[in-house]
Amino acid sequence: MAKTKVITAEEAGKLVKDGMTVMIGGFMTNGTAESVVKGVAAAGAKNLTVICNDAGFPDVGCGRLLHNGQIKKLIASHVGLNKECGEKYNAGELELVLTPQGTLAEQVRCGGNGLGGFLTPTGLGTTVAEGKDILTVDGKQYVVEKPLHADVAIIQGFVADETGNIRYKGSTRNFNPMMASAADTVIAEVEKIVPAGEIGPDYVETPHIYVDYLVLKEEA
Amino acid sequence: MEKSEIKPFIAKRVAKELRDGDVVNLGIGLPTMVPAFLDPSVSITLQSENGFIGLVDADPEAEDAAYIVNAGGQPAGIAKDGMFFDSATSFSIIRGGHVDATILGSLQVDEHGNIANWIIPGKMVPGMGGAMDLVVGAKRVIVAMEHTQKGAHKILKNCTLPLTAAGQVNLIVTEMAVIEVTADGLVLKEYNPEFTVEEIQAATEAVLTIADDLKPMV
Repeated sequence: MAKTKVITAEEAGKLVKDGMTVMIGGFMTNGTAESVVKGVAAAGAKNLTVICNDAGFPDVGCGRLLHNGQIKKLIASHVGLNKECGEKYNAGELELVLTPQGTLAEQVRCGGNGLGGFLTPTGLGTTVAEGKDILTVDGKQYVVEKPLHADVAIIQGFVADETGNIRYKGSTRNFNPMMASAADTVIAEVEKIVPAGEIGPDYVETPHIYVDYLVLKEEA
Repeated sequence: MEKSEIKPFIAKRVAKELRDGDVVNLGIGLPTMVPAFLDPSVSITLQSENGFIGLVDADPEAEDAAYIVNAGGQPAGIAKDGMFFDSATSFSIIRGGHVDATILGSLQVDEHGNIANWIIPGKMVPGMGGAMDLVVGAKRVIVAMEHTQKGAHKILKNCTLPLTAAGQVNLIVTEMAVIEVTADGLVLKEYNPEFTVEEIQAATEAVLTIADDLKPMV
């Protein structure tokens, strides 16, 4: 039984290097691994491509890295609650790819599941479909969407066992399980780490085989 | 109609569209007022696209209170029969046709059932969030909005803003009228007796066909 290495948020932050693509779980920071994100901000890697549902809030969650000038390109579904994101985009300081939320979730899922993409009716007849292939299946049109993959995924669970099996709590699950499957290196921040077996095989939501590092949430 | 009466009036009329047992997704703002107007015989279940079914008001005393937000990122609660899931599952539920109705506001709608409510180029770039998936996937798309934007038409022949989806709107409910989107264009089904049919048409760019069974909104 292999234990998953437990590192500090500071050490985790240093795993993110200049130019990397980073997935950050969470929805309006609910389910975002804030300690690790702080670590990434402190380590200071630049020119990041960040994949996250949203831009968080100013200087919180994904917004912390945005505020810090570390993000070159943001792939998200909604950035309206972080004014700074719109300002940076309008000033030409940020590349922004806005993707329907269901498409974004499925792109990440495909990225971790060995699939070359998927066909969705979402976005047909809109700017989202521009430049993308449209396929007709049984008389119905679909937009072809490609998978997303990252160098590092930063996810947040509630409890992990020492091998890295994870359970979530409340609505914090959101993008975290898919992101755990779709990156070369997966860092999971949790509130507690328990002995193997304590979660129970029937209740594990993210399998430990995805998880490379555990970080215990640090007090704000 | 007083300005303050408009939104509750629209919400009250939209509430009549929902059936007992419906799974419903509500957009932010006016749509969130709809459940308060449901007939006591009608019980609906709310889907929250960030990952659960059984959305209810936040209960600060609940053990998991700090871990639940609604699709606007605000504190929320979950019903006893509710369940959480991840975002991919959430949108499988939405695109898969398992949501009976979505109720949302809009900047523009048109006679083809097109809807534009996610971006004003050069001005507002919030992103579409889950709206594009919701209007494509929900069995019924009900637009609940004020009839005009300070007199400017919002119900058009053709949307001028970038679309959220093409041909997906089923019903438009405003403070002036209930309008059904059909293959032959927009049909005026109900009118608010405070306005004449002529006034409603004048406030609408698209041509309205008057339903044979036109009746007052009550």
